[in-house]
Amino acid sequence: MAGTSTKKKAPARKRAGSKANGTAAFTPDVPDVQIFRQSGHTHESLGLSPETVLDMYRNMLLQRRFEERAAQMYGRQKIAGFLHLYIGQEAVSTGAVWAIRDTDPIITAYRDHGLALARGMGANEGMAELFGKIDGCSRGKGGSMHFFDVEKHFYGGHGIVGGQIPVGVGMGFASKYKEDGGCSLTFFGDGAINQGAFHEAANLAALYDVPALIIVENNAYAMGTSVERSRGDAQLYKQGYPYGMKTAVIDGMDLFEVYGAFKQIADDARGEADGQTKPYFVEVQTYRYRGHSMSDPQKYRTKEEMEAKKNEDPIVRTRLYVLENDLATDEQLDQIDEDVKAEVMASVEFAEQSPLPDISTMYEDVFVGDVPRVQ
Amino acid sequence: MAELQFREALRAAMTEEMERDENVYLIGEEVAEYDGAYKVSQGMLDQFGPKRIIDTPISESGFAGLSIGAAMMGLRPIVEFMTWNFTFVAFDQIVSNAAKVRYMSGGQASIPIVFRGGNGAAGQLGATHSNSVEALYSNVPGLKIIAPSNPDDAKGLLKSAIRDDNPVLFLESELMFGLRGEVSEAEDYTIPIGEARVAREGDDVTIVAHSKSYWLAMEAADELAKQGVEATVIDPRTIRPYPIDAVIESVKTTNRLVIVDESQPFGGIASEVGFQIQRECFDYLDAPVERVTAEDVPAPYAKNLIEAWMPSVDETIAAVKKTLYM
Repeated sequence: MAGTSTKKKAPARKRAGSKANGTAAFTPDVPDVQIFRQSGHTHESLGLSPETVLDMYRNMLLQRRFEERAAQMYGRQKIAGFLHLYIGQEAVSTGAVWAIRDTDPIITAYRDHGLALARGMGANEGMAELFGKIDGCSRGKGGSMHFFDVEKHFYGGHGIVGGQIPVGVGMGFASKYKEDGGCSLTFFGDGAINQGAFHEAANLAALYDVPALIIVENNAYAMGTSVERSRGDAQLYKQGYPYGMKTAVIDGMDLFEVYGAFKQIADDARGEADGQTKPYFVEVQTYRYRGHSMSDPQKYRTKEEMEAKKNEDPIVRTRLYVLENDLATDEQLDQIDEDVKAEVMASVEFAEQSPLPDISTMYEDVFVGDVPRVQ
Repeated sequence: MAELQFREALRAAMTEEMERDENVYLIGEEVAEYDGAYKVSQGMLDQFGPKRIIDTPISESGFAGLSIGAAMMGLRPIVEFMTWNFTFVAFDQIVSNAAKVRYMSGGQASIPIVFRGGNGAAGQLGATHSNSVEALYSNVPGLKIIAPSNPDDAKGLLKSAIRDDNPVLFLESELMFGLRGEVSEAEDYTIPIGEARVAREGDDVTIVAHSKSYWLAMEAADELAKQGVEATVIDPRTIRPYPIDAVIESVKTTNRLVIVDESQPFGGIASEVGFQIQRECFDYLDAPVERVTAEDVPAPYAKNLIEAWMPSVDETIAAVKKTLYM
């Protein structure tokens, strides 16, 4: 099991009741909680080759540059509707995806670009979807909140807070039913934990021994409402215990920590060692650097808090690790960034060039097969 | 043919489809060890075991959503709701996920799932337990909706619903579970979704009615025949897609239409059918389209009040006479 070392103390956010939400060490007061923080992982201890580490770094950077460019395009009114950025949370998507099997289904909420790109969706298809073009991942029918890439086992992209949680548990249920060894990953934000759908799904997952990871990405704010202002007990990790689930708490700003944790708990959920499928409740403690959406003045947090969090930037930390361990040179890392930027610029060009969906496509994809519609 | 109760016809359909396809499972409250709240699934646990006949806690949103996810992964769930009244706590799952995920994914996902259970008023149960949900759900594109009136249609249509690759809402009635009728024993008996059944032919007026309202319409037609009025009675059987062509064809010969619909009147099934008929048959109509619906108030408890609230044979006869200026 990953370490529970408490020796090295990172700067804590001063916030009442935020024991589990900040980076301070803590002792859980419910049983069966595994803490994945400051485990002292190296790429070698995790069995990651230098090439894989650089691939992961590149993927996090792709998510970051993609969204920076998307924000700019939103400002130029190339992108409409809502645009929720994942910036700051990239270690969660990349670390989790690299740790699990390619066929393990993933479902998430509306802050979905990062996980889609981690799962292997092309920047072209993502950007074209944001532009509302026919070559978008959802043919221009979904938009930012509804990215889908079913071929890559990415099942959206869901716009109603908490609504995807029972669905994600059902994807794991199907794996158990078919005995295919799969494990579903259901991501949602800290706001969704207050929805009934979470509690019903968590109970069913535990009751039916579903191989499912039920993952709250605790980025500290549900839109403008902090966890402390929305919970009687702000320690979210406790929510697995009432349903009889094993629990993991993961430092989501640390790529290696996320990777190591997900590898271990996904294999345990699919019953790799004991032959018993089971769900996990997972709290990944992370932080979003941008507003909830593009129209968020962010009056609910201080500049000091955000500056302190920037020291934990998962991309910066991974870059430092790569340099300190001589996995690549500064120049090589700069080149990766240049390549990623070029890929993203090309995706903007691709999205610009892609045609608007033909009006006739509006009537497609409602049903499998031809079903008359009311005119 | 064999005489079966409505519940037995439903059970036969589910059993045959579960024998045919191991990806089909039944899930819901009390479906397994209790043998079904209305005994629809009686004996199925013994035959198929707990992996495929699955009891749930009282968590409609949870088990509806779970089964939508399982359907996205290729299983074919049958989700039993004890009644459709209780789907209002699963509304988001049915409306936002079952109906829309295929569309929002640009056709990448499909959701082959059946949601079924008792619909409509079932005696003196008060307002929360007396909803006819077809008007609510038929307003949502992406769902098929079936509301059969007899055991034979129930069997043939439920088998088709289970095989359909889309989400299908299957509306039954607590008051009809014991209804007996001849059911085809033909091997692999299915009825296509979206086809009406003309139950009775007459030249004077067309009455269209689904589910248990169909029986009101038939009784009214028999009574009217004694008075010299011959009615065509059409059972649409499917609400979405609605077999409007059968109604149009009939109205073009009878020139008069009465719709019996237990939904409440504003924005109900009768409203939509009435609209489509005035547009498609404007020059054929000899009288305004009439409808018989529930009253525009919540369902009351008292015996006399709920009887007055429900569509009735007498109201149906009166509506027909109005179209005939009798």
